[in-house]
Amino acid sequence: MPFSSLSEIKSRLDAGETSAAEVARLYLDRIAAHNELLNAFVYIDSKHVMDQAEASDRYRAGHEARPLEGLPIAVKDIFCTRDGPTQCCSNILKGFHAPYDAQVITLLKEAGAILVGKTNMDEFAMGSSTETSAFGICRNPWDTDAIPGGSSGGSAAAVAAALTPAALGTDTGGSIRQPASVCGITGLKPTYGRVSRRGIIAFASSLDQAGPMTRTVRDAAMITAAISGHDSRDATSVNDAPAIDWLGACDATDMKGVKIGRPKEYFVDGMDAGVRNSVDAALAQCKELGAEIIDISLPHTGYAVAAYYVIAPSEASANLSRYDGVRFGHRCDNPDDLLDMYTRSRDEGFGSEVKRRILTGAFALSSGYYDAYYLKAQKVRTLVQQDFIKAFEKVDIIATPTSPITAFKLGEKSDDPLTMYLSDIFTIAVNLAGLPGLSQPCGFANDMPVGLQWIAPAWREDVLLGAAAAYEHATDWHTRTPSGFGGES
Amino acid sequence: MDIDVNKVAMLARIRLTDDEAAELGPQLSGILGYIETLSEVDTEGVAATAHPHDAAMPLRANVVTNTNRRDELQASAPKTESGLYVVPKVIE
Repeated sequence: MPFSSLSEIKSRLDAGETSAAEVARLYLDRIAAHNELLNAFVYIDSKHVMDQAEASDRYRAGHEARPLEGLPIAVKDIFCTRDGPTQCCSNILKGFHAPYDAQVITLLKEAGAILVGKTNMDEFAMGSSTETSAFGICRNPWDTDAIPGGSSGGSAAAVAAALTPAALGTDTGGSIRQPASVCGITGLKPTYGRVSRRGIIAFASSLDQAGPMTRTVRDAAMITAAISGHDSRDATSVNDAPAIDWLGACDATDMKGVKIGRPKEYFVDGMDAGVRNSVDAALAQCKELGAEIIDISLPHTGYAVAAYYVIAPSEASANLSRYDGVRFGHRCDNPDDLLDMYTRSRDEGFGSEVKRRILTGAFALSSGYYDAYYLKAQKVRTLVQQDFIKAFEKVDIIATPTSPITAFKLGEKSDDPLTMYLSDIFTIAVNLAGLPGLSQPCGFANDMPVGLQWIAPAWREDVLLGAAAAYEHATDWHTRTPSGFGGES
Repeated sequence: MDIDVNKVAMLARIRLTDDEAAELGPQLSGILGYIETLSEVDTEGVAATAHPHDAAMPLRANVVTNTNRRDELQASAPKTESGLYVVPKVIE
């Protein structure tokens, strides 16, 4: 049971073989047993979880079950929730209680889901290893001396160790896909504008998007279907997104006629040979399933990281200006004057990676540098988008490694910000172009999971899910479980 | 590139300790040096991205939907008095 997919748990609930309360109790017990080691959760209220589960069982007794009825889902500490604290794993928001639920939280509740707790993350989602969390590092269940990826590392570790069957993350430059990849689970970043950002603490508003982290492709579809849709209170939420058959797309068992693009820029010297071999083996398998593999080029790939590290920090420096010690969050003791209050509150409240990014952004937007940095980066962003548009004239979908490496050891890169930034080299372009992307397990290298990334045209999550479902159907990588967490068969 | 890290920090309203400034200065120079690779890209005639999909932003009726939740919203504030946020004296 613990390592069951959401769909399997749903079937058992629907058949009356178990109850939401029994399911919730099982995962709460697992959290109690394993979270001290992993630190995947930063907030749990067991009583509140059981209250929700019992309410769901009562609802089921009198009504038709809702799409996620009784299913436990954990959420990253970046989602505003009325219940419990919302702290973005930052000292500047320590003790903050949001006065409202994020739109995706409202939608999960309306779909009958049980919210399990808040998961660990890099502070303000800035990082690739969850090491910048103000609430302590999180560990990878496959090797507890290795990073779980980031920034949604807590969500990934929690799903990989079956402390919850599913979780929500957010993805600004790879923060769902990269941790999913290094923890051996499935993660989906929807098309920008598909899912409301209202109530998700903003990092880089033109890039942020929420999505599911799950054991299977179908589970990812179930959750994305529930959280998608126009929200008039998010100006960038789109109201004319094409409707797709989320679950129907997951019935694919072959890839006949699917043209898969293999971009040469994502198979380069310097990447881990084991990762490359796993992904090439996955593509060979797709060919056996009927797909055609076509070599393509996305020529501006090499500039995506540089453009991202102008655009994301610039937006972050504006978004994080709201933490000034006035309306919420940390205020320093005994400020001399207003400026002293701002500057000291922010120095005390923000961690070093957040300061690095705010300063990078403040510099890029400062007088005399705007054209050379921000405007230039937004032009390069257009070229990155055009690369994809041209590629999708020839292919239906693009396949790449999610990350050039497997999970590195805790502490290995935390002293070198630039090396850390380059670990997102294969995920960032998708955010710049606003496209949907999915990472799923496709093998092991260095005894650690490897992720296969699928990239589809805007609004074509169905294409993404179809390819991933067919690959999943033909392989068993998604059923592997880390040892030490009771999943050994 | 050498940048005046304390000047940038003041723009961002962050007061760095001397140790932080000494560490962040070289790191920022390294990051900005990497970013300068963008200058290799020919962007002549390329429009800057304004929205990832060029999507039109949906309009809604301009009506008030908020209710008065002042007490709830101020519950997380560091210091309030009579429904107002209290800050150090701004005007002498």
